[in-house]
Formats: sequence, structure tokens, C-alpha cells
Amino acid sequence: MISLAGRDILHSWPRFVLTGMGLGLLIGVTLSMAGIYRGMVDDARALIDNSNAALWVVQQGTQGPYAESSSLRDDAYRSIRGMPGVAAAANVTYFTMQVGRGSEDIRAMVVGIEPGGPGEPGYLVDGRHITRSHYEAVADLKTGFRLGDRIRIRRHEFVVVGLTRRMVSSGGDPMVFIPLKDAQEAQFLKDNDAIISERARTAANPAFNRPGVPGLLDAIQASQASNRSVNAVLVQLREGHAPESVAAPIRRWKHLEVFTRVQMEEILVAKLIATSARQIAMFLVILAVVSAAIVAFIIYTMTLGKIREIAVLKLIGTRNRTIAGMILQQALGLGLIGFVVGKTVATLWAPIFPKYVLLETGDALRGLVAVVLICAIASTLAIRVALKVDPAAAIGG
Amino acid sequence: MGDVGIRIENLRKRYGEGDTAVDALKDVNMTVAPGEVVGLIGPSGSGKSTLLKCLGAVIEPSAGRMTLGDELIFDDGWKIPDLRALRRDRIGFIFQAPYLIPFLDVTDNVALLPMLAGQRNGAARRRATDLLEALDVGHRSHAQPAELSGGEQQRVAIARALANQPPVILADEPTAPLDSERALAVIRTLNRMAEQYRTAIIVVTHDEKIIPTFRRIYQIRDGKTYEEAGEGRAIA
Ligand SMILES: Nc1ncnc2c1ncn2[C@@H]1O[C@H](COP(=O)(O)OP(=O)(O)OP(=O)(O)O)[C@@H](O)[C@H]1O
Ligand SMILES: [Mg+2]
Repeated sequence: MISLAGRDILHSWPRFVLTGMGLGLLIGVTLSMAGIYRGMVDDARALIDNSNAALWVVQQGTQGPYAESSSLRDDAYRSIRGMPGVAAAANVTYFTMQVGRGSEDIRAMVVGIEPGGPGEPGYLVDGRHITRSHYEAVADLKTGFRLGDRIRIRRHEFVVVGLTRRMVSSGGDPMVFIPLKDAQEAQFLKDNDAIISERARTAANPAFNRPGVPGLLDAIQASQASNRSVNAVLVQLREGHAPESVAAPIRRWKHLEVFTRVQMEEILVAKLIATSARQIAMFLVILAVVSAAIVAFIIYTMTLGKIREIAVLKLIGTRNRTIAGMILQQALGLGLIGFVVGKTVATLWAPIFPKYVLLETGDALRGLVAVVLICAIASTLAIRVALKVDPAAAIGG
Repeated sequence: MGDVGIRIENLRKRYGEGDTAVDALKDVNMTVAPGEVVGLIGPSGSGKSTLLKCLGAVIEPSAGRMTLGDELIFDDGWKIPDLRALRRDRIGFIFQAPYLIPFLDVTDNVALLPMLAGQRNGAARRRATDLLEALDVGHRSHAQPAELSGGEQQRVAIARALANQPPVILADEPTAPLDSERALAVIRTLNRMAEQYRTAIIVVTHDEKIIPTFRRIYQIRDGKTYEEAGEGRAIA
């Protein structure tokens, strides 16, 4: 027996190929949407992995430092360091801002780290780690900086001494690591006018500017000018200590919130990108429906165009099963062409997306299964029409 | 194969029920011997197509008997379970338009029938090639149907009708779109094939060019058949 579906496809291949390509672009968009979601999840995991920490200590009652803002005193890490099971603890600050490269601005997440401590990027693709305590930076490749370039952050310039890869914030902005002190200054730095007006306000307050108490005003103004906050303390554990057993006493005694890796992942993946994930899921559903409608419409019109032939085929003794199989195979053929085109274009255009697009083989396979199912369902309409065709119609009036 | 090609006795067909019922066939009686080509003529609406559809087992007669070859297929009800196989193996169809399958080449249009009947592709194609040769379209065996002339397409359709060597061929206005020379050529071919394969052939026609060629003609008027002697003019 010959393949009727195959012969028909060969006979009218321009139509199949064009429709398949249109469908393929839709499937490509669908795969890319899934890839964008996977990329977001992967970015979140990379953020957690690259922070080199087992515990995140943040302001009480917050889900910082990535999902919510968190601020704690920068001396908190000292007492955490003394807790049982803690191998190392270091302050970090995170803030997203525009940094200068020459005359242009780049959006980046500036991370303040203590050189050598947790929070330092684990792996450099080029250059070295920060060794001085001022004005050196390690930048992600995606910022476009090269070794030796100068980064302008607020009023200061930093020299790029090392480069990382895949170090991005949960929002997809590439990271720039700088020494903690510089970062604190940049984050909380007030401009001169603000400092002057604040001093004037403090001096005008009779509670602070008391006659007969020399030095009080100066002390208060000094304490206001210096900033001693960080966003989180990253903690590494000694071997043999479970994260939760170290986290519990910090929560209890230090009145701070502590997250383990698992909890952090939960916050980043389940909460931070949950809305985006639902958004993407909506898109996937719509794309699936549109694809089904296209396949159904095309297969339906092609079948209507073959009513005569189907009547003849039935009259000369072709089984209904064979005719239904022919239509189903055509729908699946269309789906397969579409899938191949879709997978190809998704792979080709993934690198030019500004955010990371992660095309997983598993998603591709799930996509293939979905395409096959959608095509099978879409062909039922045409199959019903074909099965209703009366073989007597071939004989005519 | 027995002595009966086609025998129809007291066949009746009523479309619909009640007030709107139409008695398309009231009392049809016909016999066609193996190897014989018989003409079926009659005015429009007289029931010719209805008769072919009954014989072709695509509609069910209301009453009567039909015998194909030596098998009683209808006796106030179908006598065989698989009408599809009956159509495939025992009846060849030729239509006014050739109705070839446009996405199969000429050989496979003919070979499709033996393939549907379970023959291997090679054997089915050899059978098709032989028939196409016999019908003088062998040289076009790899063409697409759309690339053939009307007469060539009709000959391919005849080859398809013969492909499973059915005892019966039903032809509905097979010469309508052809000029008289080609129309006569088709009738000549049908006669030759009938003789060669012992096929009983009914040709429904209005075509004045070919009516004189039949030796026997059935007239159908108002759902009833009347047998007439034809001129049986030899075809040059
Ligand atoms: N499906 C049907 N339902 C109801 N009546 C029908 C149906 N098919 C045919 N008829 C009626 O049966 C009668 C015979 O029709 P049939 O098609 O057999 O005529 P015909 O001899 O083939 O005519 P023509 O030469 O015009 O093709 C007509 O009166 C027609 O209206
Ligand atoms: Mg008719």
C-alpha cells in the first residue's frame, strides 16, 4: 500500500511548506517563551549558586535581599561569625543602577563584597579577583566591559580587573562587583546639597544643638553622615552542620531573618518570577489554541478541496480508517514541519534575546508531544467531514 | 464465474417516506451476460443513476433481487456483510468525469485498487502497467492525471475500473465529455475488455453517437425498464 497522505503532501508541497513555516514560527515563539521562563529560573539559580553562600541573613520580617529590600547594621556579621557552625560570614550590598561606560549608561546590579568572603564570584573567565579595598571591579561579560576598562559608579571610577559569566540579577541585569566600602558609599551617598541642608536642619533643632554641651552637634552630624548599613550577610557553614540547625539560633537570638538555599530558591523561583511565569503560561495557552486553529483550518480546507476524491476513494472500497489515517498523517506532517522549523528558528534567535533564553531538550520534547496532540485534535474536524462523505456522491445525479 | 453477469429482478427504490416519498425505481428487471455491453437510456429523472447506485451498493434498494456474477447480493436486504469489499473486488466504476486521484501518478491511480485489495505494491503496479499498455496509455504511466488529455484520462479510468478484474463494470455517461471519435474509441475499448475479461458492462448514456453501437438496450421510463434490441452497429 502506498501512503496517500505522503503522496498528497508531495503533490501540494508548496502549500504544506508555507503553512508549515507559518506554524513553525508560532511554535518557535512558543518554544522561546518556554525558554525565557527557563532562563529566568536558571538566572535565579545562578544568582543563588554564584553567591557562594549557604545562608542569607537579612532584615527581620523581609524576604530580602533579592525579592524585597532589606537593611541591617554592618556590624551584625561579627556576632554571626561567632555562632556555632558558621565558617565565614560577610556583608553584601545589592543595588541596581545605571553605571557609566564612556559616555553611555548600562543598567547593572552593583554588588558590594568583602574580597575573599562569601559573595565573591566563584569563577572568573578572565583576570583576577578584587584585591584592593577600593576602586577595583569584577564585571560580567554581558556588561560589555573588558579588562582594564573604567566603570563610573556615581562619583568614582573603578578599574575592571576580572570578568565573570552568567552573573545576573533576578531581573536579568548583569552584575558588577566592587569592594563593600565603595558600594556602601555609592549606595547611600548623599549629594553635597543634601548634606548641607540636613546639617542645617539638625543644627536648627534645639534638642541637638544645646548650649553648654560642646561636641554634641558634631557627634550627631558625624553619625548621620556615615552609613553603616548592608543588605544581607552571607554565611558559609562548617562541614557537618545542617543549614537549618545553624539558621534557627540566628533567627532566635539575633532577631534577623535567615534563609537557606532551598528557601532562597523558593523565594526567587516561586515568588519573584511567579507573575512572569503565569504571564508566560497564558501566552503558551493562547499560542497552543492559535496553532490548533491554524492546523484545523488548513487541514479542514484541504479536506473540503478533496471531497470528490474522497467520495471516489470510498466508492472504490477504501476503508474509513485509511481515509481518516490520511488526514491525520497530513495534520501530523504539518505539525512535524512546523516543529522542525520552530525548533530551528528558536535556536537561531535565542542568542539575540536581551535576556537569557534557555532551550531545554525536555521542553522541546514536551513541545513535540503537544504539537502532535494539537494536530491530532485539530484534524478531527476534517476527519468528521471526510467520514460523512457519501460514496454515492461519486456517481453523481 | 457463472453465466450470469448481472441479474436484476423486480427492483424497487423509494426515496424518503410519507408525503414526500419518491418512487425512483418501481419495477426494474435486467440481465447482462458476462462479456456483454448493454446500454441504459432514459429521460432525465427516470432513475438511471439510482439504479447504478443500487447496483454499486452505495444505496440500499427498497425491494427486489440483485445478482452479481453467480452470487445473490440483494434479496429484500443485503446478502453480503462487507459492501466495501464488494465494491472494491467485484464492481468497476467509470464516471462521466474520470475522477482520477490528482496526487497519484497514472500507474498508482490504477494500482491503488489491487493495493486496497491487499496485493503487494510490485504486483499491483505490474497489473496496472499491463492494463495501461492494453489501453494504449502505457507511455503516460508516470504522468500526473492533470497532464493527460480528457481521452487519456478516461482510458486510465477504464484501466482503474478493470484493475481488480471485477465481473461487473458500471459506467455513468463515460463518453459525455468526448468528441465522437474518442467516444467511439472508449466504447470499442469497453467492448474489447468485456470480451477479453468476460465482464458484464452497463453503460448509462444520453450520447446519440454511441447508442447505435449497443446490441441490447434497456430503456428506463418512470422507474420501469423496457428491453429493446439495439442496432449493434460495428465500430470501425
Ligand atoms: N437522494 C434522493 N432523495 C430523494 N429523491 C431522489 C434522490 N436521488 C434521486 N431522487 C429522485 O429520484 C428520481 C430519479 O433520479 P435519478 O438521479 O436516478 O435520475 P437520472 O435518470 O439519473 O436522471 P439524469 O439523467 O438527470 O441524471 C428523480 O425524481 C429524483 O428527483
Ligand atoms: Mg443521473
